[in-house]
Amino acid sequence: MSQIFHRSANTIARVSIFGAVFFVAGLLGLLAEVNRSPWMTDARTAREQPIQFSHERHVAGNGIDCRYCHTSVEDSSFAGIPPTKTCMNCHSEIFSNSPFLEPVRDSFRTGTSIQWTRVHDLPDFVYFNHSIHVNKGVGCTTCHGQVDRMPLMYQQNSLQMEWCLDCHRNPEKYVRPRSAVFSVDYQAPEDQEALGQKLVAEYQIQKLTSCSTCHR
Amino acid sequence: MAEPTSSQSQVIAPGHTFGTVTDQISAIVLTRKTSMGWYAGFSVALFFTLVLLVSLTNLVITGIGIWGNNIPVGWAFDITNFVWWIGIGHAGTLISAVLLLLKQSWRTSINRFAEAMTLFAVSCAGIFPLFHTGRPWLAYWLFPYPNTMNIWPQFRSPLIWDVFAVSTYATVSALFWFVGLIPDLATLRDRSQSKVGRFIYGLLAMGWRGSAHHWHQYETAYLLLAGLATPLVVSVHTVVSFDFAVSILPGWHTTIFPPYFVAGAIYSGFAMVMTLAIPIRAVYKLEDFITMRHLQNMAKVMLVTGLIVAYGYLTEAFIAWYSADKYEGFVPLNRLTGPYAVAYWSLILCNIIIPQLLWLKKVRLNVPLLFIISIIVNVGMWLERFVIIVTSLHRDFLPSSWGMYSPTFWDWSTFMGTIGLFLTLLFLFVRFLPMISIAEMRAMLPEAKVNE
Amino acid sequence: MNSELRRALSRGIAGSEERGQSSSPRTKDTFWRTLDEQAEDPAFQEHLYNEFPSEIEAITDPVARRSFLKLMGASIALAGVTACTKQPAEKIVPYVKQPEELIPGKPLFYATAMTLGGVATGLLVESHEGRPTKIEGNPLHPGSRGATDVFAQAAVLGLYDPDRAQTLTNIGDIRPWAAFIGAMRAALTAQQALKGAGLRILTESVSSPTLAAQIRDVLARYPSAKWHQWDPASRDNARGGAKLAFGEYVEARYDFSQADVILSLDADFLSSGPGALAYARQFAARRNPQDAERMNRLYALESMPSSTGAKADHRLPLKPSQIEGAARAVVAGLRGSAGDDSGLGPAEQKWITALAKDLSAHRGRSLVIAGDQQPPAVHMLAHVINQDLGNEGRTVVYTQTVEAEPTSQVESLRALVADMNAGKVDVLLILGGNPVYTAPVDLAFSAALDKVQLRAHLSLYSDETSQRCQWQIPEAHFLESWSDARAFDGTVSIVQPLIAPLYDGKSIHEVMATLGDRPERSAYEIVRDHWKIGKDDSAWRRWLHDGVMPNTAFGAKAVRFQPNLQHTTPRPEPGIEVSFRNDPSVLDGRFANNGWLQELPKPITRLTWDNAVLVSPATAARLQSRERPATTGGEHGNIISDVVDLKYRGRIVRGTMFTVAGHPDDCATVHLGYGRTRGGHLANGAGFNASSIRTSDALGFGGGAEIALTGQKASLACVQYHHLMEGRGMVRAVTREEYVNDPKSIREGDETPPRIITLYPDMPYQGYKWGMAIDINSCIGCNACVVGCQAENNIPVIGKDQVMRGREMHWLRIDTYYRGAVDNPETFFQPVPCMQCENAPCEVVCPVGATSHSAEGLNDMVYNRCVGTRYCSDNCPYKVRRFNFLLYQDWDTPSLKLGRNPDVTVRSRGVMEKCTYCVQRINAAKIDSEKGNRAVKDGEIKTACEQACPADAIVFGNLNDPSSRVSKLKAEVRNYELLGELNTRPRTTYLGAVRNVNPELGE
Repeated sequence: MSQIFHRSANTIARVSIFGAVFFVAGLLGLLAEVNRSPWMTDARTAREQPIQFSHERHVAGNGIDCRYCHTSVEDSSFAGIPPTKTCMNCHSEIFSNSPFLEPVRDSFRTGTSIQWTRVHDLPDFVYFNHSIHVNKGVGCTTCHGQVDRMPLMYQQNSLQMEWCLDCHRNPEKYVRPRSAVFSVDYQAPEDQEALGQKLVAEYQIQKLTSCSTCHR
Repeated sequence: MAEPTSSQSQVIAPGHTFGTVTDQISAIVLTRKTSMGWYAGFSVALFFTLVLLVSLTNLVITGIGIWGNNIPVGWAFDITNFVWWIGIGHAGTLISAVLLLLKQSWRTSINRFAEAMTLFAVSCAGIFPLFHTGRPWLAYWLFPYPNTMNIWPQFRSPLIWDVFAVSTYATVSALFWFVGLIPDLATLRDRSQSKVGRFIYGLLAMGWRGSAHHWHQYETAYLLLAGLATPLVVSVHTVVSFDFAVSILPGWHTTIFPPYFVAGAIYSGFAMVMTLAIPIRAVYKLEDFITMRHLQNMAKVMLVTGLIVAYGYLTEAFIAWYSADKYEGFVPLNRLTGPYAVAYWSLILCNIIIPQLLWLKKVRLNVPLLFIISIIVNVGMWLERFVIIVTSLHRDFLPSSWGMYSPTFWDWSTFMGTIGLFLTLLFLFVRFLPMISIAEMRAMLPEAKVNE
Repeated sequence: MNSELRRALSRGIAGSEERGQSSSPRTKDTFWRTLDEQAEDPAFQEHLYNEFPSEIEAITDPVARRSFLKLMGASIALAGVTACTKQPAEKIVPYVKQPEELIPGKPLFYATAMTLGGVATGLLVESHEGRPTKIEGNPLHPGSRGATDVFAQAAVLGLYDPDRAQTLTNIGDIRPWAAFIGAMRAALTAQQALKGAGLRILTESVSSPTLAAQIRDVLARYPSAKWHQWDPASRDNARGGAKLAFGEYVEARYDFSQADVILSLDADFLSSGPGALAYARQFAARRNPQDAERMNRLYALESMPSSTGAKADHRLPLKPSQIEGAARAVVAGLRGSAGDDSGLGPAEQKWITALAKDLSAHRGRSLVIAGDQQPPAVHMLAHVINQDLGNEGRTVVYTQTVEAEPTSQVESLRALVADMNAGKVDVLLILGGNPVYTAPVDLAFSAALDKVQLRAHLSLYSDETSQRCQWQIPEAHFLESWSDARAFDGTVSIVQPLIAPLYDGKSIHEVMATLGDRPERSAYEIVRDHWKIGKDDSAWRRWLHDGVMPNTAFGAKAVRFQPNLQHTTPRPEPGIEVSFRNDPSVLDGRFANNGWLQELPKPITRLTWDNAVLVSPATAARLQSRERPATTGGEHGNIISDVVDLKYRGRIVRGTMFTVAGHPDDCATVHLGYGRTRGGHLANGAGFNASSIRTSDALGFGGGAEIALTGQKASLACVQYHHLMEGRGMVRAVTREEYVNDPKSIREGDETPPRIITLYPDMPYQGYKWGMAIDINSCIGCNACVVGCQAENNIPVIGKDQVMRGREMHWLRIDTYYRGAVDNPETFFQPVPCMQCENAPCEVVCPVGATSHSAEGLNDMVYNRCVGTRYCSDNCPYKVRRFNFLLYQDWDTPSLKLGRNPDVTVRSRGVMEKCTYCVQRINAAKIDSEKGNRAVKDGEIKTACEQACPADAIVFGNLNDPSSRVSKLKAEVRNYELLGELNTRPRTTYLGAVRNVNPELGE
């Protein structure tokens, strides 16, 4: 009776059986990577905005403090998006008829808001509070990156839970003096660990990892 | 061992040779024309499988609310069916593995489809833990895997133990079954007329040539797997029983559960094997291979395990009284006299009273009666799980939140659907695979013995 | 808030879109318009004809729809960060000019007031970026003292009710406001000549000084015009009683803090009527057994068991008609005169004698109160007893009435109907209320109404009355309009709007203005003008800020006591007595479309979504009802009951019968407010209309009724049908004597195991350790906490069918247990939230750790992690966990989204939920304190239930602080754990009840 299979079938069988294990493992690994990739998290991808607003120009160029626009960052969960009025404070004088700023002027005239696209967007079941973080010595750039070098705003970090937990579990790796919270060119010192330990004690920073810290 | 040759004692009818055995068994798959009966039965089974699909689709789209579950009765048909199917899934491995190790030669003709049945039952069981969750699409969270949330499952939860116990059991029994099949697949490969058949069976036979070397490897592997499977027979239902025993709910929180669940599982398992074996041997004229001896032995096993289960019931009630705990004490009272008393009494009838008939040899030799009893036991064992789950939940600690559970259409359709799925798989099995191990049957023949 | 600010806000647009409550700028824009600005705003015109309010745009607007879809898919999106779902891009919409007060993401609180039956309760309303989301009591307001009732708590939902009347219509066509003004002008010019002889105004009870002035002004202008009042929650009997006793209308104001012995003559003063909140607090404050000597003693003579009756130390069930006899017996007892035949048995007589003795032993320190549905004679007798005991000036003072124009409202309505039938009425303005539905049936109000040429109806809903009026004016909700009102003690509050009318509603003041010569005036101007607010409005700002006008409470009033003791109420016909009550949840039907109130289990009966013919078990048995009464135990959910025909004075109404333990035999209680035909989606078809047999001569109760089984059965949705404790000691209660002799007696049967019998080390709770103590002795079962919790935590309404399946979602339930004889049991209320166990059975069994222990001892429930195995609920001995069996939250209705609390996740289908101790409030307070480098102060965090409670029965706080109120309470010997024997170590514990029984009567 003729052979149904070529001899090589044996080898193929063996290889495929063992190969399957690695194949599946690799697939899972890939999935994990994709989940962390910017494609999922939208990290490091600049968003289209109605106005080509440049943080680089305003922060690095004009040296405007974060809080000039994000007024409620120290007392509210929400850092605050500047009302059109804030833009007009300057731009009624400077570039008062630049075509780029037409949407701003239009908004001010008609009283309808500018609709920005959200850059840092946590899921609805996560309750993040800006005020407590800046009050405990977490710098703006620690999470938002070097905003002063972002012509178009993008999200620096993954904003995934593991990223949050990294700091919530060992804050000493990231905290800085309250005085430096809003400085964009603050560089962590060599002895960050030591400084961190000291600040954690001084600011009574707790390592809050209970679920209800962020989820309610 | 010397086989007495009375009609009930032999495991294979006289007059068979290697050839006849092989012919008769492989013919069912290869040559014999598929009967109208098969088509009829298969289409009915298939219909219920579709019912299952519809029910599950609706469940996922609409939510658990289509079932009758509520607070306090958070689990009802879903978990009842799960435990029932897992229980049924026990006989297979027990017969194949344990009886193999115990050198119970009579197992050979029934082990194959007992194992198949196990697989199918487990796959039916597997449906429920997945779909009884409110958000099945997230059920993969029950598996420990590194994730972006830095969160692991809760290893203290019996449900996690279930995940491992059941999946291990499924894997091992699948392997066991497949390894057992290899020589027969080779036989089919060689006897198959169609090219496709040859190819497929060939693929599955994994190049089996029946050399002494192969046989040696095969025996070793089979024995090892049997060794692996044996502890599982005990472990799986023990773990399943932990779902209840570990909780604090009166009627669940009981140390007797593990042994009593295992016994119950084997009980229902054998009942199911019997339920399937009797018609199959009739339809496919396999009386020569599945003889009265098999039926008798299974009946005896049922009798024993049934008595263990009965002992379980008694202990439960006794401890409830002996604990002098007002909540524990209330449970048996509620089962005996509460709103679900009917279920309780019929389970006593099905699981304890009726099976006592098996003491009588007459009954053990009466095939139709055995068939009926085995079905009754299946029903009884389902009721047992229902009673354990629902009556314990519906009246727990605070009377203010006592409630009633009544199944909805979808509860029933899901349950019936799984039975449909089970039968569908079984029909396909008997049609496309040798339902009795040819190789092992050969080994049973006198010729084989002479050669030793 | 002043108009400049409002103007500023008006052009503002809410900033934070954090919680996905996204909506178009237009939407928010219109929210913040105040009425006066809307009038002058051009956009107002285009909106005027827009049948659907701008929220609808929110949903047609792509931005909002995206977030809406996101919500729809929330169940999947919840997997967000890990699973293979990308978050959709969201828009973020800043203000154009941000108002200075407002910090995006932080709520603002404004003081306002809500009126019922004309009486105001002061409120503080929480507002998120211009959306009122939660109502609390105003601590400065005498009628609230920080507490609220269920109606106030549920008002937010009423505001956002999509079924509200949304357009001004004339015979069905949508017309501009100007058109109505025109119509009124025309009608009035015709009336000029007749001095307004054909002009009638029908209002509910009015306490608003501004409105009263407006109406009087119109009456002055048209001398022959008439002002009628009809309020189904009317207190005619109380007024009548005052007239009988003092010859004039006076208000009786009570001081429970001075009362040692209290007698209730069928009065539910703890949970209904003017000042109930204040009274409940005063009453509860005198129930603390720590101070056993000051414990007051409450006697209750009542028919339908009420919260008050449940709190009574001695309760005597009597038919409504027997109360008067009993009251006379008390008078006789006090005066030592021979008791006239009060038709009472020896047992009752003994009870009365003991009571009389107790009362006379507490002259000047006792108090007698008559119930509103009892006839004037009983109220008079109550006054008589109070006078005899010299209580005036001590526990009771008489003041001028809170109502601007007290009158016998049923007579007023009768007169109106007579005039209408006589064709004397040309113009009828029905300002609020729903007389077609609520008027006594024998008056045939609606038939008479049709005879009026010009009929206009101002109301929140297009209801039974609107249907019969040509003009239908959508009313502005009290959270949308300016007004003023008096509290039970006369204190005036300004009612200020939190939001511009969602549906262009008009306030009653604006409608009245159309009768004057400046018809376009806004309510804002009208109210300000009435109080003569000029350029300097500092006083006005102060009133708005505090929510009360200082020194406006009425002083005591000298009254001439000349009771007409001869006056007696005719004995009712023999046969079954029917007593008509306002429903505890939907009142007279005005809240019938409020899902929170419909689904709220009514006190005692624990029924939802229905009213019923309530009878005693004995009566039900006599009627050969075969259904098992709750008093023999049963399961909650779907309760099958007999459908009965209630025949009364030649009329029949068909309803479902339900038995109540402690209800007197041979009489039935029916609640008004159900059987609505045009009440809205939720109201229509629920229950039966009791007012269809209620006649004007017997508004309270009447005899001669029959109950006949129809043989049909119907289902009622009842959340507790088992009131026996089965010897499981859920509620611990002893008498005062027992407690004084041996306080430990209350802990009898405690089986709480010692803490050392575990292998595991105790979990250390550094920092805060939250806990709660609930005083069963204080709880009056008023349900305010339940609705408060629902409002605070975005708890969905699931409907009658789901409740019947036993799936109610309330995080906090009030278990009601009986002790003693079925015909008159002791009743206890036990609020049961999550116990936040330290050894929580739920935590160990969750396979994904969706419920886990927090560092402060909370059982955190993480919705987004929950896969919904329901194992936690199975293993929870308290059954306080709730599961979203279906998609219960309403994702589609835009207006409902606006009312949700943005600080609490809106749960999706398939996840478990439960009480969190209002963790959002805990976190907010902790963050505040951390920023100030201080610890959270005791009382700084109030859970929603605690804050709503009028009786201060719920106390939350930090157990690590021995000086906190909760620690002190837990240190009391009365403190016990529910099911403590399970060693779950609940953080929520209870304080046992102590009954101050009269030794003469014994238990």
